[in-house]
Amino acid sequence: MSGTTATHLPNMSLPRRAWEIRRKAVRMGEVQGQGYVGQALGVADVLAVSYFHALNYRAEDPEWEGRDRFLLSIGHYAIALYSALIEAGILPEQELETYGADDSRLPMSGMAAYTPGMEITGGSLGQGLGIAVGMALGLKAKKNPAFVYNLMSDGELGEGSTWEAAMSAAHHKLSNLICVVDFNDQQADGKSTQMLSAEPLCDKWAAFGWHTQRVDGNDIDALVAAFDAARNLDEAKPRVIICDTLMCKGVPFLEAREITHFVRVEADEWQEALAVLDANRPA
Amino acid sequence: MTAKRNYDPHRKWEPRSLKPGEGGKTSAMIASLAAEGYDTVSAPFGHALVEQARSNDRIVGLTADLAKYTDLHVFAEALPERFYQMGMAEQVMISAAAGMAREGFIPFATTYAVFASRRAYDFIAMAIAEENLPVKIVCALPGLTTGYGPSHQATEDLAIFRGLPNLTIVDPCDAIDVTEAVPAIIAHDGPVYMRLLRGKVPSVIRKHCPDYKFELGKAKLLRDGKDALVIASGFMTMRALDAAVELEKDGVSVAVLHCPTIKPLDAGTILAEAGKGNRLVVTAENHTRVGGLGEAVASTLLTNGVTPAFRMIGLPDQFLDAGALPTLHDRYGISTAAMISQIRGWL
Repeated sequence: MSGTTATHLPNMSLPRRAWEIRRKAVRMGEVQGQGYVGQALGVADVLAVSYFHALNYRAEDPEWEGRDRFLLSIGHYAIALYSALIEAGILPEQELETYGADDSRLPMSGMAAYTPGMEITGGSLGQGLGIAVGMALGLKAKKNPAFVYNLMSDGELGEGSTWEAAMSAAHHKLSNLICVVDFNDQQADGKSTQMLSAEPLCDKWAAFGWHTQRVDGNDIDALVAAFDAARNLDEAKPRVIICDTLMCKGVPFLEAREITHFVRVEADEWQEALAVLDANRPA
Repeated sequence: MTAKRNYDPHRKWEPRSLKPGEGGKTSAMIASLAAEGYDTVSAPFGHALVEQARSNDRIVGLTADLAKYTDLHVFAEALPERFYQMGMAEQVMISAAAGMAREGFIPFATTYAVFASRRAYDFIAMAIAEENLPVKIVCALPGLTTGYGPSHQATEDLAIFRGLPNLTIVDPCDAIDVTEAVPAIIAHDGPVYMRLLRGKVPSVIRKHCPDYKFELGKAKLLRDGKDALVIASGFMTMRALDAAVELEKDGVSVAVLHCPTIKPLDAGTILAEAGKGNRLVVTAENHTRVGGLGEAVASTLLTNGVTPAFRMIGLPDQFLDAGALPTLHDRYGISTAAMISQIRGWL
């Protein structure tokens, strides 16, 4: 892809980018002593492929008209996106220390008015895909070839508005819309599949008129292939990539923990988590 | 324990109570406002929007399967490439309007007031108002303008929306207001909720007050009077003007202040008028007396130490009956006759 990812470390591998994103997220979690670190660790590979393989953007001009729009419907994943935005050179790394602090540009839930590179205010779950539909319609009306990406969670599949938007995207043949579903099978009260199962998920999206792929969301090669297929598809339909991810991926002692929506990390475990990551730094 | 019902399940139809031809004719969805003695304008919103859109290519129109009933069909026919039929899906219509605004457009999104205020509220709040995006939400059937029953009677839409920061709220009276409000809300770079009068809309205010012009955020004194001051919005301004003419015949002198912008309220003009003389101040709104114009005016007066005798005309705090509009307007106190008798009783 013709990504113009001007960064301080231009020749890094995608696994290394994902590792950098994980490490920054853990550091931010340590700042506040809490945070949605489990989600960030799980989705880091998806973000690495998004920001360092798929997306077109200019780090020095986050509102560049030609950029691909990346919408974070899941506002609580902000800690993950901030890490990616820092890694991409859109946010300065020193600002990481301000995560969740008063007057910070990095609030715990992502909001457009606060943060460069944050396209929308997420958090009221089930809104991102509808906004993405409008942006995709708007881009087509302007004959702007950019893509709109909407990153959403499996929990949002329970919201009716998600399916209104899914129908709408197919009806309007939004070939410039790519929806990425982070399927970690966790939501506030437990496993998503036990709260309100959306299975059979691929069949649902396909029946709604979408080009549908389901991949291991922690397998970077699989993600690269899926993003390439979604971008290069020559069909007038929207595209969804369902990414099965593992909460807390990359930090085995957290992966093994009884995972909840908000993974519990003790004060002394942040450094331990960083040590685990550091011992496994990819080239 | 039996849940308390809103109606009597054993209620019987009493054939003698209503003879054919008596009472109102219809509880149909779309009924015209009783506005005898006034000319009407057809689809003023649709025509005004087309006129603006011809010289402003940022304007697009979206609807949730109600183009015909919100007069947006005029726009759809004139500028089909800028019209987006979103289907019966208010949540995605509102979200998509937000997305289009993010891409630089000025979207007009139309549906019925009940569906915007009740079903799409969170989307209006978070995708549009919190972001201060220039989406114009224009909704037919505000308050009690259909006899169809509570599913379509938006009797609390102003109460719902008044609490939302950034949102400008407009409640026009007549065809002139609707026509002139369209360029005004386009010029306002922020979100707007406008109550719509559609179809054949009476042209009222200029018949009483030829120099009248709609101005966003401004209340306008349409006639002066020494006994009572009616502060009204929407078609209740028409009722107030008609009532004032009738009351004048009996020597009762009524001033009418038209307040088509509900938020931000024109506190300066309201305080100045309410503080003049020793008049009874009456608010009149096509809305529940909870949380609408009346309470907005009351709070403005009290917090500024202006305390005239004060009464509110508006709909009761209940789900309203189905029926013919004239019947219902009489029943709930917002017809001209009901207004006259209420004001007489208070003076």
